[in-house]
Parts: sequence; structure tokens; C-alpha cells
Amino acid sequence: MTPVITIKTPFTTEAAEKLRIGQRVLLNGKIYTGRDAAHKKLVELLENGEELPIELKDQIIYYVGPSPAKPDNVIGSAGPTTSGRMDIYAPKLMAQGLKGMIGKGKRTPEVIKAMKQTKAVYFAAVGGAAALISKRIKSCKIVAYPELGPEAIRELEVEDFPVIVVNDSLGGDLYEEGLKIYGAK
Amino acid sequence: MCQEANYILGQDVIDAFKNAYETEQSVTGKDILQQLIENAQIAKNESVPMCQDTGFSVFFIEMGQDVHIEGGSLEDAINDGVRKGYQEGYLRKSIVGHPLERQNTGDNTPAVIHIRVVPGDKLKITIAPKGGGSENMSAIKMLKPAQGVEGVKDFVVETVKEAGPNPCPPIIVGVGIGGTFEKAALLAKEALLRPVGEPSSDSYAADLEQELLELVNKLGIGPQGLGGKTTALAVHVNTHPAHIASLPVAVNINCHASRHKEIEF
Ligand code: SF4
Repeated sequence: MTPVITIKTPFTTEAAEKLRIGQRVLLNGKIYTGRDAAHKKLVELLENGEELPIELKDQIIYYVGPSPAKPDNVIGSAGPTTSGRMDIYAPKLMAQGLKGMIGKGKRTPEVIKAMKQTKAVYFAAVGGAAALISKRIKSCKIVAYPELGPEAIRELEVEDFPVIVVNDSLGGDLYEEGLKIYGAK
Repeated sequence: MCQEANYILGQDVIDAFKNAYETEQSVTGKDILQQLIENAQIAKNESVPMCQDTGFSVFFIEMGQDVHIEGGSLEDAINDGVRKGYQEGYLRKSIVGHPLERQNTGDNTPAVIHIRVVPGDKLKITIAPKGGGSENMSAIKMLKPAQGVEGVKDFVVETVKEAGPNPCPPIIVGVGIGGTFEKAALLAKEALLRPVGEPSSDSYAADLEQELLELVNKLGIGPQGLGGKTTALAVHVNTHPAHIASLPVAVNINCHASRHKEIEF
């Protein structure tokens, strides 16, 4: 049984470099949320040479569009969305120091290459385990683009947030490895 | 009804998780199945959606021909129900009013409604909220009759392989074979309404389901696509007579958040 590794954000290059595909990680501390619409806005700002509303260095972005929160809850159900839609934007954010991404599904070769170059890591959260995941989110506040509703950028405080390393800073890919190990020869 | 469908996962699916947990070889895979079992419990106990994608509201209605509906149209009544259910139940609104202009309608309407008129005086309503992640990985193909059952198997396996981790495996695979282009798609979707793993009443289809399930699980995609033996919890096949020149095959993939709720009046 692979041991579970606990990580506290900010997520430094040093911490990122130590991770390997297949490892189970519990994240603690602050992470950001963002989906396509927020990514598009961030990249537009970068292209215009403007300042971003959040500092990306050593940060993790979780690809999620939560369901509405019930009155007594911090956040609604909050499982990962498909990461592929962020692929065209992700390398530009990694160039700004973004160290981690959480989502579900494969990344393009360009994104994997950028992760290798910038020493970043891609984690999978369990798609559809949204009620469980939301229990690990202790606080949530909107920090940019409130007009985007579920797609606004939020800052989350998480406790033992369960993820799995899919792409590490060496260019490894668990989706490919998993198929090799468990696929019929 | 919309709320219950989104909060409470059927016992059939939970049992399928538990069985898969026993047979899964991958440690990560087991861990994921465990998370899914816990997730279903939390969603039910706290009345929160099991998945944040609370889906497109797809309705199957069997309307007895002796039923008379008063005070407005059935479709309006359904859409009113969806609007109210999604608002009051804190469900995510995931529908855009036009496929290209893409403005969110803000209340998850309109629903997709399939109505069938049947003998009798009952009205049976089934809702099956359908997530985008798995729906996007579905496919249809018009095979040549000469490609036969081998062609069908290849297409199903290819579609699941292509989908990989995106539809949140473990998945349920609905396969529609025969009929016309649109009939095949509907057959595939209807196949997903069956309790997970319940074999088809037709023995030919039941055998094919078993064989397809083995083939799909040999792919090694596993829970969440991270490697393992449990790629699909079940394959359900529905068939329909076909034209002498055609062999349509549709594959509708459903994620493990395989939600449906039925009521009868
Ligand atoms: S594919 Fe299903 S489980 Fe996965 S995010 Fe979509 S609705 Fe949820």
C-alpha cells in the first residue's frame, strides 16, 4: 500500500520535485479554484501585460465549478471538472509560477512538457466524489471575477484534501502507466 | 424528485462499488472505490448532490392513453418542476439556452423529455440527470450489416478506450443496436435506466453484455482511469429490429453517478 503524503501549501518547487506518479497526497492550506472562463480572463490579462488578481507563484489551482452552497455549508458539492478544457491556458500560468493543478482526465503533451520545464505537478481528484471532497474544504471566499458565478476564482482553505499524482515533474503520466500495468497484454 | 435523484445514489450502484472493491487489484483503484462509497453516504445523509454536475434533466415518461392532463401542458409542468427542484435543492444550473450562443438559462431548464404513450391510465415519470463528462464521450456509428457482432464489439471497446478517464470511471455502458439512427441512441440511453448489472431479458443480448463487460475491463483503464480492472460496472445492451441495409450502434456512457428516480401516478 502506497503511503499517503501530506503537503502544506504554498507548494514549492522543492516539494513538487519530490512527488512521483501514483502517490496519494493529502493537501492542506490554501488553494485557488478556476475553470475555463477564469483561465481565459487570466491569460488575457497576461497577454495585455496587466497584473493578475492573484499571485500564482507556488500555488495550486483546482478545476472546479461547485454546486450552490446550502445556507449552513461552506461550499456546495465540489468535484473536479475535465482538465482538458484548461490545456490551452495552463502553460502560460505555469510560466507565472503555478506549481500544481487539480482536475480529472488527460493533459496534452504541451501541458506535460510545460510541467517538466517548470517543475509543476498535475493531480487527479476523484471525479464525482464531490460531496466527500466538499467536506474537506474549510473555508471559501471569492477573490476574483464574482460575475462568473460558479466559475469565479475562489480561495479555499483545505484540510486533508485527497488527490493522486498523475503527472510529475519528470514527465511521468499515470494514465499511460496504469494502462500498461492493468491492460491485457 | 430532481433533488432525490441527485442526493441518493441507488443501492444497485453502491452494491456494484462494493463488489468492485473486492475484485479490484489496483490499490489506487480500491482507494477510489472506497471514496465513492463514502461519497454516496455523505450525499445521502446531508442531502447534498453526490456530484456537482447535477446534469441535464432527462425525463422518460410513460403516459397511459387514458390519462387526461388538465390545467396546462405536461412539458410545462415538468419544466416548472425542474426549475423549482434545482433552485430549492441547491443543484447546479448547467444548461445554456442556445448551443452556440451559450447563455446559461439559470434554472436548468428546459429538460429533455421523451414521452411514450402506453395502454392504461397510469403516468410513470423517470428522471435521469445526466452529467456532461460522460455524455460527451458517447458515440454512434452506422455499421455495415456484414461487420456483424464483431463490428459492434470493436466499436463499443474503441469508444470506451477513447473515453479513458474523462467519463469518471467506473462507468456504465449503454449500448443500443439496431433501429434507425435516432432509435439506436435512444435504446442506448434507455439501457442505462436498468438497475446496474441486471442482465437483459433477451438471452442473446445478455450474453453479449457479459462478453462486452469482460472486454472493456481488460482495457485496464480502471477507476478514474488511473489503472485497474474496474473500468465498467456493467454493460447493458438493448436491441431493436433493423433495416436490411443497416446496423446502427450507439454507445451511451454513464458515469458512476448513475442517477435515476421513478414515480408512478
Ligand atoms: S462524469 Fe459524472 S461523476 Fe463525473 S463529473 Fe460528470 S456527472 Fe460527475
